[in-house]
Amino acid sequence: MMLLPCPWCGPRNATEFRFGGAAGSRPDPATTTPEQWRRYLYFHTNPRGWQTESWYHAAGCRRFLTVERNTLTHEVRSAHDAREDAR
Amino acid sequence: MSALNGNGNGHRRVRGYSAWSLLRHGLAHSPWPRAWHDHELRGSYDAVIIGGGVHGLATAYYLARDHGMRNIAVLERAYIGSGGSGRNTAILRSNYLTPEGVRFYDRSIKLYEHLAADLNYNVMFSQRGHLTLAHNDASLRTMRWRTEVNKLQGVDSEVIDADRVKELVPHLDTSDETRYPVLGALYHPPGGIVRHDAVVWGYARAADAHGVHIHQQTEVTGIDVSHGRVTGVRTNRGRIATPVVLNATAGWSSLVSHMAGVEMPVQTFPLQAAVTEPVRPFLDTVVVSGTLHVYVSQTDRGELVFGASVDPFASYSVRGSLEFTEGIAGHVLELMPALARMRLLRQWAGLCDMTPDYSPIMGPTPVEGFYVDVGWGTYGFKAGPVSGEAMAACLAEGKPPEIISAFGLDRFLEGRLVGEKGAAAVGH
Repeated sequence: MMLLPCPWCGPRNATEFRFGGAAGSRPDPATTTPEQWRRYLYFHTNPRGWQTESWYHAAGCRRFLTVERNTLTHEVRSAHDAREDAR
Repeated sequence: MSALNGNGNGHRRVRGYSAWSLLRHGLAHSPWPRAWHDHELRGSYDAVIIGGGVHGLATAYYLARDHGMRNIAVLERAYIGSGGSGRNTAILRSNYLTPEGVRFYDRSIKLYEHLAADLNYNVMFSQRGHLTLAHNDASLRTMRWRTEVNKLQGVDSEVIDADRVKELVPHLDTSDETRYPVLGALYHPPGGIVRHDAVVWGYARAADAHGVHIHQQTEVTGIDVSHGRVTGVRTNRGRIATPVVLNATAGWSSLVSHMAGVEMPVQTFPLQAAVTEPVRPFLDTVVVSGTLHVYVSQTDRGELVFGASVDPFASYSVRGSLEFTEGIAGHVLELMPALARMRLLRQWAGLCDMTPDYSPIMGPTPVEGFYVDVGWGTYGFKAGPVSGEAMAACLAEGKPPEIISAFGLDRFLEGRLVGEKGAAAVGH
């Protein structure tokens, strides 16, 4: 079992959340070339270790959070409101 | 090369094991010779293959047998077959959805059918038939589509109704009292199971007999690239100069490609499987439910092997989880309630490198001399022989053969995805 510290609900089982992949900003579709857009869609750093990720608390507060998680040990270092990254 | 002799069509077959040699060794209690050998690491090889699984070893074997290359090294970080090749659920089938996928996997099944004779190694391929259950109209519709694509490619595949399913698998609950009633199935008679370790060992022994060096406990720590060309590989046992490097790893495909500066459209997810205590034979087909994310088969030893889809989040961990055990038990009992008293013996996980279109990445990369055979998701083992054959041709000629031309790395940036939704990871 892996616990994720939801900023609103506290530590909850990861099964309550939906994994959203590595966090990152989306390029502007109006100004990117098709090749840049596909690179954004398909290519991943896929690290073996620490990764900053998006998670969605589907069976809880239904809010998005940004989590720092180790993909090898499943250790979680931090979690915060994903809206803070959008600013 | 006393282990080799001709078979008349230009290929040399590996020889040594026979009923006669079994009798002789059994009576004399004489030790069997080693199936493959340890070698000193040479300072240079004509080709270096990273990853000692079925893909890497098969590539080395076909390179040596069909393309006359001898000076080949296979580098394996742990022991051969310790990754995906020894962790899969050993199911073989070719009833995929896209014509590219069907042609490719069908070639693999054909190679598997003759593999034991070709390698002189019993791989215990049992073509017992493969059933993919349909629990709703949408699944049935996709299966009709799949079966037509399959038939056009000459693959034995048909949609059967629930009564026929019950005849083939009497223990299956085909009543309409269940949460997910069985409406029919996609039936694929040539599908089945094989002993996965034997495939790895057979290829290793045959490659070794053709002069390939298999280096276990040899971890690649870097790949040297100069002016856009591969020049060598660094390992924990020293540097190797080579003009050709193949990344044939799973769970490490991003990490190894990054060493050569090549980006990968891959995310790594674990896939868990489990095996029960052995019972008497009662199940002589492979039963798969995409809706329930479960596949069940019974081994020659009587154990039931259960597999699932990949875990719900990216990870390089191969630990088991309680959620998986609970989920798989529930889903198996939904299909076969009579198994309620069975006990699980063990569970494990393997790493699946998932690509956006559920198809592999095979062929050259922007770095000259650096090739990949990666992104094998949940379907890598069944493709081992054909991948080895195709990648051997690709390495020898420097360009991918027609059968893998749709699977190039360039398809992602060019927007030519293959869209293989007949893969096990997709629930329909």
